[in-house]
Amino acid sequence: MADWLIRQFGGDAASPWAWVVYAGVALFQAVVILAVVMTIVAFATWVERKVAGRIQDRLGPTRVGGRFGWLQPLADGLKLLCKEDLIPRDADGFLFRLAPYAAFAPAFAVFLALPFADGWVAQHLNIAVFFILAVAGLEVFGIILGGYASGSKWSLLGAMREGAQVVSYEVPLTFSAVIPVLIAGTMDLTAIGNMQRGWFWNWFLFHDPFTFAAFWIYMTCATAGTNRAPFDLAEAESELVAGFHTEYSGFRWSAFYMGEYASMTAFSGLAAILFLGGWNGPIPVLSAVGLTAASGPLAGFLGNLLGSVNFLAKCLAGVVFMMWLRWTLPRLRIDQVIAMCWKYCFPLVCAAFVGAVLWTYFFPGGLIFGRPLGTVPEVASPSAPRVAAAGAANRAGNGGGRTIASAPQAAGEGRGSYRAGSAALGAEGSRPKSVPEGRSGG
Amino acid sequence: MDWNWVFFIILAAITVTSAVAAVITSHIVRMAFYLVVCLGGVAGLFFLAGAYFLGAVQLMVYVGGTVVLIAFGVMLTARTPFVRMQTTPDQWLLGLATAATLSAVLVQANLRFPRPADPPPAVTEPAVSPGGLGTALLGLRIDAASPAEEGTDGAASLGLAYLLPFELVSVHLLTVLIGAAYLARPRRPTGTESEGRREAAWGQSGGPDAALAALAAAQDGGS
Repeated sequence: MADWLIRQFGGDAASPWAWVVYAGVALFQAVVILAVVMTIVAFATWVERKVAGRIQDRLGPTRVGGRFGWLQPLADGLKLLCKEDLIPRDADGFLFRLAPYAAFAPAFAVFLALPFADGWVAQHLNIAVFFILAVAGLEVFGIILGGYASGSKWSLLGAMREGAQVVSYEVPLTFSAVIPVLIAGTMDLTAIGNMQRGWFWNWFLFHDPFTFAAFWIYMTCATAGTNRAPFDLAEAESELVAGFHTEYSGFRWSAFYMGEYASMTAFSGLAAILFLGGWNGPIPVLSAVGLTAASGPLAGFLGNLLGSVNFLAKCLAGVVFMMWLRWTLPRLRIDQVIAMCWKYCFPLVCAAFVGAVLWTYFFPGGLIFGRPLGTVPEVASPSAPRVAAAGAANRAGNGGGRTIASAPQAAGEGRGSYRAGSAALGAEGSRPKSVPEGRSGG
Repeated sequence: MDWNWVFFIILAAITVTSAVAAVITSHIVRMAFYLVVCLGGVAGLFFLAGAYFLGAVQLMVYVGGTVVLIAFGVMLTARTPFVRMQTTPDQWLLGLATAATLSAVLVQANLRFPRPADPPPAVTEPAVSPGGLGTALLGLRIDAASPAEEGTDGAASLGLAYLLPFELVSVHLLTVLIGAAYLARPRRPTGTESEGRREAAWGQSGGPDAALAALAAAQDGGS
């Protein structure tokens, strides 16, 4: 975007005033991300109360802002800002003050690499999946810090549970995110989203039974990773008061809360792109009406806008799914939580991983729903997808002997076929083409 | 205008300051926090250099993994609410000597490295996949193979590649694992006392376990 603006003003990146544009664009992106994320968070707190109310046969908030209590988040926010700011005498003041930000900042930074539509991303990374998983994993540190610095046994117990739980659930979560990456052959979220263009059976969720299983494992682990009920052992209101944030009040408490909702949204967004087609609707209406980049910049913009609405709708569906779980299922004990991770989720996701590899190898064209439009071209020779699958399998470490030596070439050919596929599709075919090939394979 | 140096200075300042703070402070969990900031700053430098994969690995492995384990280990092993660690003068001396040696090596290596041309030549070759690096870690340098050898089975001539450093890193990880197991071991009373207690418990409990043990002991004695 910055380069485009600079070209509009008739300069290039070396112009003396270019830094103003760069700084302005960076500021704009930061503000947009913050605004969007905070709006989603505020909306999600309201949705949470409404969903909880409806599930428990209540109405939830009804008064603030007229009907449906839709201004409730604003009232909550004002109330939290007015609360007294307490720091326990025995707490480690420095870490106690820092911990909420250490928990909130990673959940927010994830959105840097999360595309909202084709090309609508603050920083286009070719390893976006990896970046998001790495940064989202840092949130636990703020929680551990907060629990430790509070100087309270409830907080410390909550923080230790959180540590054990998140460190465990990161493993199956990452594994289940690897499966769509394996099928796509890239870690670039924009490219992964574009590969699932077309009808909903092109979504990786419906690619094969194993990705379908992986999606549910992913959602389970995301619920546990964001520390939500039925896995909310770190908060455990019934036994640990409020767990790691027992001693927090006012704005610092709300920073933890915003971090939780932001990371829920981030994990749902990642699921939407990896499994649910990202910004592509279930029915390819947008491309049928011609709202793509191929039919002019305005149409492309409109298409992207509607696509981002699509994406946000999927995000919110994921968030509501997590809320539904929270208010429906009974809570687990900590040993059950850990057993669930290591005895069920992890073996299941390993099996799904192997199954997805074999499926991609033996049924490269798909078995039931036909071949995915975005991944494999209609025009390419039948051997191309098999080469791609072999390359993927080799990259996953299943190859041996001399096959290893040919893996880079095979992978290169595989990507070539993807690019050909996108070009054959015509519309917006330029996006996957710009994917740098080097670092996406690991 | 080149922005890199501005962000480089900011990130480098963050990294160095927090590294020094991590050394100076005597509060273990604050140390871990400064270490997080320091390693995060290094990850930022990697991102600045365009090495996104390396930066994400840095975040995932060091910041996300190691430091959480440090914080976790401290919390599990601490006897008092906030652990403090006093650095004795001889530790300072040893640490400073190590740091001075390491920085001497790094500075010397940095000075010997040829300066890149200004501006650096554009990379036009297509990037290769990390498969070559992976096989090199296993002892096979496919990138070092000459074109003539490529068709043939030239693996023997390629040498050990990065196998030795790779194994050294594994030994380092093993050391960390043993250290963690040592730190988290149950604090028993002395050996004989616990043995006696256990035997007493066995005797009292009776039941099938004790009967089996008695049977085993009788068989041992008989043979």
